[in-house]
Amino acid sequence: MADLKQQIIAQLSLKDLKPEDIGDDQPLFVEGLGLDSIDALELIVLLQQVYKIKLANAEEGQHVFRSVRTMAQYIMEHQPGTAS
Amino acid sequence: MKNDPKTYITAYCSISGGKVYKDDKLIFKEDTPDETADFLLSVYKSFSIDYPKFYKMDNLSKLGFLAAELLLGGRQIAEEYGPERIGVVFSNASSSLDADLKYFETVKNIPSPALFVYTLPNIVIGEVSIRHRCKGENGFFIRDRFDTDWMQFYVQDLFDRGRVESCICGWVECLEAHYHAAVYLVESCPGEKALPFNSKHIHQIYETDNGEING
Repeated sequence: MADLKQQIIAQLSLKDLKPEDIGDDQPLFVEGLGLDSIDALELIVLLQQVYKIKLANAEEGQHVFRSVRTMAQYIMEHQPGTAS
Repeated sequence: MKNDPKTYITAYCSISGGKVYKDDKLIFKEDTPDETADFLLSVYKSFSIDYPKFYKMDNLSKLGFLAAELLLGGRQIAEEYGPERIGVVFSNASSSLDADLKYFETVKNIPSPALFVYTLPNIVIGEVSIRHRCKGENGFFIRDRFDTDWMQFYVQDLFDRGRVESCICGWVECLEAHYHAAVYLVESCPGEKALPFNSKHIHQIYETDNGEING
């Protein structure tokens, strides 16, 4: 998950943060990291660019982007070649 | 040229060529300026500004944000005048071309939403307005050169018609390695060292590169 945190920091230009500053279960939006709707779109781009994963529908995002852990789980389950 | 003594330039800030001037003082200088983004980040860090969204802005917005930040120097103008009484009027020559080109690069792969949102020049006005809670009249004008007569006329008209009591104005230009901000605060009250608001003084602020403006 450290790699994923680093990728999130780079993709969202969160230059004040280090991977260890982001808790595995910390909410990414609102009361957590305070990400906004544009950041959500950038996370979708990150999934596509790095992991070749396309979100099946936008509503999935609410669950997938809840925390780094939920993102990591989604990636594990949906990476090409992985049986879901 | 209209020269209305009821409005004054009460502060000004200029950023270009690795230098930052506030009023008549050189307040930051980088002898070997790096790329525009690196220089703007150096200015941001040098003045210990704490605004994480800065990192996400495009260079034009960073430039305008820093110029407004240093121009106001901690003044809470929204509390002084009320948010609806503060205008923001900027102008430049390259519009948002700097961000447009960067966005175009991403279109070849996966378009970046974060870059796309900066592909309008008036986004810099939004960033300044959010930071300083300005909710009054605003406008962004694209011109080949800084038309100081036009800027003076337009902003003076906002004052004359009672639309604003304070206005952050100026030139905010950024395209690749070239950047130049010359912004100033216009108010009705003549503060200390205030300059009459006329195109001559706007031009002098724009031409600032030796730190000396004689009102």
